[in-house]
Amino acid sequence: MSTDNPVSQYAVRLADDALILGHRLSEWCSRGPFLEEDLALSNVALDYIGRARMFYGYAAELSGDDRSEDDFAFLRDCRDFGNLLIHELPRGDFAFTMARQYLVDVHSVAFMTDLQSSTDATLAAIAGKAVKESNYHLRRSRDWMLRLGGGTEESHRRLQHAVDELWGFTPEMFEMDELEKSLAGQGVAVDVSRLQPAWDTEVRATLAAANMSIPEEDWQVSGGRQGKHTEWLGHLLSDLQFMQRAYPGLEW
Amino acid sequence: MRIPLQPVEQLEREQRRRNSEVPELWTTLDRVMDPELPVISIWELGVLQNVELRGQTVVVTITPTYSGCPAMHTIAEDIQAALEQAGYPHREVITQLAPAWTSNWIGPAAQEKLRQYGIAPPQNADSGGVISCPHCGSEQVQAISEFGSTACKALYKCRDCAEPFDYFKSF
Ligand SMILES: [Zn+2]
Repeated sequence: MSTDNPVSQYAVRLADDALILGHRLSEWCSRGPFLEEDLALSNVALDYIGRARMFYGYAAELSGDDRSEDDFAFLRDCRDFGNLLIHELPRGDFAFTMARQYLVDVHSVAFMTDLQSSTDATLAAIAGKAVKESNYHLRRSRDWMLRLGGGTEESHRRLQHAVDELWGFTPEMFEMDELEKSLAGQGVAVDVSRLQPAWDTEVRATLAAANMSIPEEDWQVSGGRQGKHTEWLGHLLSDLQFMQRAYPGLEW
Repeated sequence: MRIPLQPVEQLEREQRRRNSEVPELWTTLDRVMDPELPVISIWELGVLQNVELRGQTVVVTITPTYSGCPAMHTIAEDIQAALEQAGYPHREVITQLAPAWTSNWIGPAAQEKLRQYGIAPPQNADSGGVISCPHCGSEQVQAISEFGSTACKALYKCRDCAEPFDYFKSF
């Protein structure tokens, strides 16, 4: 299911990021800690799934065969998914979900801001919608970092645990491979390596304000962009793709 | 006196309608309402960008509000139905992402309709807008959640009349 068009490949990666995180967030539906949070998590999930549809739709258009956005989402296997690993980690407890969201939101806002000036008009247009949503998400996830960090002993402990577990997955957000380097050279893709210093400053300031200690940088994992995933992605896909695998071509 | 600034995209949208060679098509589409806010039309919401007749085909251009808003699908179906009913057999609905939709495209008349319906209209903080309770008009309101029952709404509560209400997010 791979495609030769580099922009299409890039769009698929961004779609995979959005779909996988959107799915993780959707798992909270009816399990939120209280009604308002349940609605918020589902709303954010919807934004991500919408974002995935726009990127997959564009990838399908560029691929030039008769594949649709659904083929990309439902008929590819783990090794074909190019999402960053941080998105596929199980949702964990509420502190874990919000800590991941915060770390990803800070990245997303900077990323989508840059992608808005892509020489590719469609990627730029999708980014124009996404950046507004990510800004809105960030307001809430940053707020939760402060509330959980400065809340009870338990909320503080859970948040610190989450940040420690997530920290080694964050450097991957700033890695560039050959595909992205080449596309960034043409002004199509974002040079994510340039986003790291500002991300670091912002995240460290929030962690300090939330009374969190900065985790040791003694491990890091990557490989998502190359299709090397954690075991969790397969479990997620078996849930996400079940209906299409069991009943090919099923429609609502 | 504050002079409200008209966003340039809004101005262009209004000009397209004013200068249109097919005003009857715009009027037909005025019947298509936002399925989740049935008091305002897709024109008033800012979703309807253009209507043209290309040969025999009516081409309608819409801009999505939120990326994952499920109402967009319904809106496209409702457009098809309204045009079919008005006797146009050839139709196409195009989704356009840029310029990105903003709640600033909801004009004063539509804002008032939202308020009558019990939803506080979007307020642009930069222009000094204040959120007020759609039931009693009090400005003593409190945000309960940044996210409400649909993507476009946040949840508020009035401190004076104690009623909860939806606020159409400024976005
Ligand atoms: Zn009131």
